[in-house]
Amino acid sequence: MAETVQQPTPVTTGDTLLSLDDVTLKFGGVTALNGVSFHIDRGEILGLIGPNGAGKTTAFNVVTGIYRPTSGGVTFDGEQITGLKRYRIAKRGIARTFQNIRLFRAMTALENVMVGADARHTTGPISALLGLPRHRREEAAGRELALELLDFVGVGGRADELAGNLSYGDQRRLEIARAMATQPKLLCLDEPAAGFNPSEKQALMELIRKIRDRGLTVLLIEHDMRLVMGVVDRVVVLEFGTKIADASPTEVQNDPAVIAAYLGVAEDEVVTDE
Amino acid sequence: MSQTTSAPPRRSRRDLLGGLRRRLSGMPRWAQFLLMVAIALLCYVLPLLEPPIISTPGTDFGGVLFTVSVYVLVAVGLNIVVGYAGLLDLGYVGFYAIGAYTVGVLTAQHATWPWLLSLPVALVVTMVSGVLLGWPTLRVRGDYLAIVTLGFGEIVRLTLINSEWLGAARGIRPIPSPPSLPLFEVPHLDWSTGVPLVDFSDTTTFIEFGVTDPIPFYWLALTLIILVLLADKRIKDSRVGRAWEATREDEDAAELMGVPTFRFKLLAFAIGAFVGGIAGSLFATRQTFINPESFTLLISILFLSAVVVGGQGNRWGAVIGAVVVAYLPERFRGFEQWRVLVFGLALMLLAIYRPQGLLPPRRTVRAQRMEAETEALEVGEEPEDAVIAAGGPTPDDAAPTDEGSSRG
Amino acid sequence: MAFQYVLDQFVSLFVGGLVFGSVYALIALGYTMVYGVLQLINFAHSEVFMFGTFATVWALWLVGADATTAGVALVASLAVAMLIAMITSGGVALLLERVAYRPLLNRGAPRLIALISAIGASFVLSELMGLRGALASALGVDDVLGRYVARSRENLGLPTDRTFTVQFEVLGYGVTNKDIIIVLAALLMMIAADQFIRRTRLGRGIRAVAQDPESASLMGVNSTRVIQLTFLIGGLLAGAAATLYMLQVGLTRYNAGFLLGVKAFTAAVLGGIGNLRGALVGGLVLGVAESLGSGLFGSEWRHVVAFVLLVVILLFRPTGLLGESLGKARA
Repeated sequence: MAETVQQPTPVTTGDTLLSLDDVTLKFGGVTALNGVSFHIDRGEILGLIGPNGAGKTTAFNVVTGIYRPTSGGVTFDGEQITGLKRYRIAKRGIARTFQNIRLFRAMTALENVMVGADARHTTGPISALLGLPRHRREEAAGRELALELLDFVGVGGRADELAGNLSYGDQRRLEIARAMATQPKLLCLDEPAAGFNPSEKQALMELIRKIRDRGLTVLLIEHDMRLVMGVVDRVVVLEFGTKIADASPTEVQNDPAVIAAYLGVAEDEVVTDE
Repeated sequence: MSQTTSAPPRRSRRDLLGGLRRRLSGMPRWAQFLLMVAIALLCYVLPLLEPPIISTPGTDFGGVLFTVSVYVLVAVGLNIVVGYAGLLDLGYVGFYAIGAYTVGVLTAQHATWPWLLSLPVALVVTMVSGVLLGWPTLRVRGDYLAIVTLGFGEIVRLTLINSEWLGAARGIRPIPSPPSLPLFEVPHLDWSTGVPLVDFSDTTTFIEFGVTDPIPFYWLALTLIILVLLADKRIKDSRVGRAWEATREDEDAAELMGVPTFRFKLLAFAIGAFVGGIAGSLFATRQTFINPESFTLLISILFLSAVVVGGQGNRWGAVIGAVVVAYLPERFRGFEQWRVLVFGLALMLLAIYRPQGLLPPRRTVRAQRMEAETEALEVGEEPEDAVIAAGGPTPDDAAPTDEGSSRG
Repeated sequence: MAFQYVLDQFVSLFVGGLVFGSVYALIALGYTMVYGVLQLINFAHSEVFMFGTFATVWALWLVGADATTAGVALVASLAVAMLIAMITSGGVALLLERVAYRPLLNRGAPRLIALISAIGASFVLSELMGLRGALASALGVDDVLGRYVARSRENLGLPTDRTFTVQFEVLGYGVTNKDIIIVLAALLMMIAADQFIRRTRLGRGIRAVAQDPESASLMGVNSTRVIQLTFLIGGLLAGAAATLYMLQVGLTRYNAGFLLGVKAFTAAVLGGIGNLRGALVGGLVLGVAESLGSGLFGSEWRHVVAFVLLVVILLFRPTGLLGESLGKARA
């Protein structure tokens, strides 16, 4: 059902926004990522796919600073961000959503998004206490941005409801709004369509295109391969912590290694393309 | 026609405070403001009115009110740490003690500064101690933080007991009063005949801080409470308050949204300590002497109880909780030996029957209302279906409940 | 100078530390097990212990032991006293679970509320003991109960003689048989508890619930039963600790539980809360450190040493010395 028509114009300006260079991550004896390298160009929608346990979320966690790679590095916007504190990475311009929704449940939808917007604000307790003009400006701007984003993702009517009381779909969309409020350059979406029915999934892909049209670069983890193919410019495929493909959607779909990975062919039968 | 369905059921039962608040928030802004001013004024004149029933028999009502106001101050400060930022602090009494002792050391033990001059120093010292305690411990999570802070409170108290420099077990005296500015005398009311009479033989000097009359101290404390509450509101409604709550709700997610959680936790600790220091300094000057006895872990637990009893996360809840915890035992002093037992029972009953506290934060109220409404909807579903089946409103009319998309 | 003193007295300080440490460890087990299963600081566990100390004294009165009791009779009366103390503490712990926790758990209350309930229960239990005289006279039974309820706010002493003869010389220092009895008894109890948790079906149930309450109940583990059992075991051990403590200290009081409770909880956190062996290690380390520290800085700094140690260890090992793992109990 998902439209298999490819996006005709991969916006490859050649300007790299994020690149992972030979990233390896080990937990004790387990190698979660094994020498993974890939990059995202500015304005691109990159799909990161792979079977369960392939290391997709782990790669996200490396990018957003939750894990520090055992070796290798992450470059964002021309600067090394490996080892930076998580909130600093967020301020540099990387925002994300979570596979299992992690909203601030006891805060309202609006407050959730405003927390994101606060990432760009600098006033502290003293200016809040004194009600300094700059603080008021920031509050007003944050609120405005938050309301606009709530509308953008389609949760506009529920700004004052507690995040924890929203419906499942609204919670997923709210997470996107919260991440966008940090005004990132790169938005990482971790299986945003999980638990959606086909029509909701289509609507979400539409939303992702709209997000790109706002000038954001999107890194998308998704399990449903057909769905990804309809929206992404390029696909990186991981399997067992190793990159097995990095190409346009059509190419990837015909890649025997990828097909093998998805169909669960034994490893020795897989022919890697290198 | 089928509009016979009465107003939502079970709305009114038992939730007196919540209903009161709903009515309050329905009032226009200026009316709310006027009401607040009226309540504040009432609080100021309360010790002069000495109203029967509320007044404490046997103990000086003004003194009791002062004690209550110190508890309120502490509870508001602790609410920032526990309620907003979600950091379980069992050693808050440590900051209270540091505030009191800094004043003691500077005004009596090792110097003879006036109280007013020692106050800012005391506040800086408590704030710094908050940061010093928080710096290493706030990386530790949850219950460990509780036990580390508990340890901190005990370290402070034992250090006070063991240190000759700090007066050891004897404590410190005499701590001076704030500067007086005697302007005029205010008479009290006398209810001994059953009707209120203005009693000119029993007056309080406005404003003289003396050993005999605690009422000016109460006024001072009340003023500070109002200031702290105003500050609390401003900070809570800002980026800082949101960062605290986000950290409390999900620390990792907050961090990934750009909140430097450690820094904000430290800030909560420092601000909480600051308020605790104010309370301690007030306590010291009113008491004129301090010793380690006043700073036991039991007091820490009373403070925490005040916040939780009132409803953590809500500043008015903290105020009410503090009044309950500090006032009730004073009011029922006749049953002195049963006080702690009754207090313990009350805590248990409260935990079982009103776990969100007497006055929970609005979010909890809102969540409950939502739940009640959902419940009502679910209950109301069947008759509605029946109506449809009976050829009532078409399904299209009934459809836009927009709750449908939420998956079970 | 003080340092020299510590060197001179090292063995006796060390042994004294081990004695207290094993009492801490026994109480700490109760905290750590309840925490492992419920993620709850059972604040009232200290009162469970306190009831055990009173039960010890009363049991000795009942069997007629006094300062002249010696030899086999003394050993027998102490054994009876310990048994009664264990039963008493176990009973109080079960009651506590029923009255203060289960109603909350059934309602799914937040954890901080459960802690408040525990604090309330702690006040109630210690006050009930402190008010036993007043309660008895209110009920008109104070004459019947006599000395059992007299002077209820004051210290209560062990009736038997606590001065044992020095039995052993270690590096020229005396170690009493009492020291050895306490440490050995505590170790035996802990090994028994550890084996119980590890080897028996009920013990596996406890571990399962600690690891994942939901799947445990899906797999047919009766979590209410498991929680009761956890409280019971904690109570029994606290009762044993109470008798050993009385043997060492000799005095108790309605509010004696508090400090011991805080110390024991510290020990549990020190070793890694939720970890049974951690409780043992934490208790012994705490006891010894306290003892050596008080030798070094003076006995008035004893408790400060304990808390400073806790803070320092948590800074470097945020999950305690052995880490948290009741569920993953190292086999």
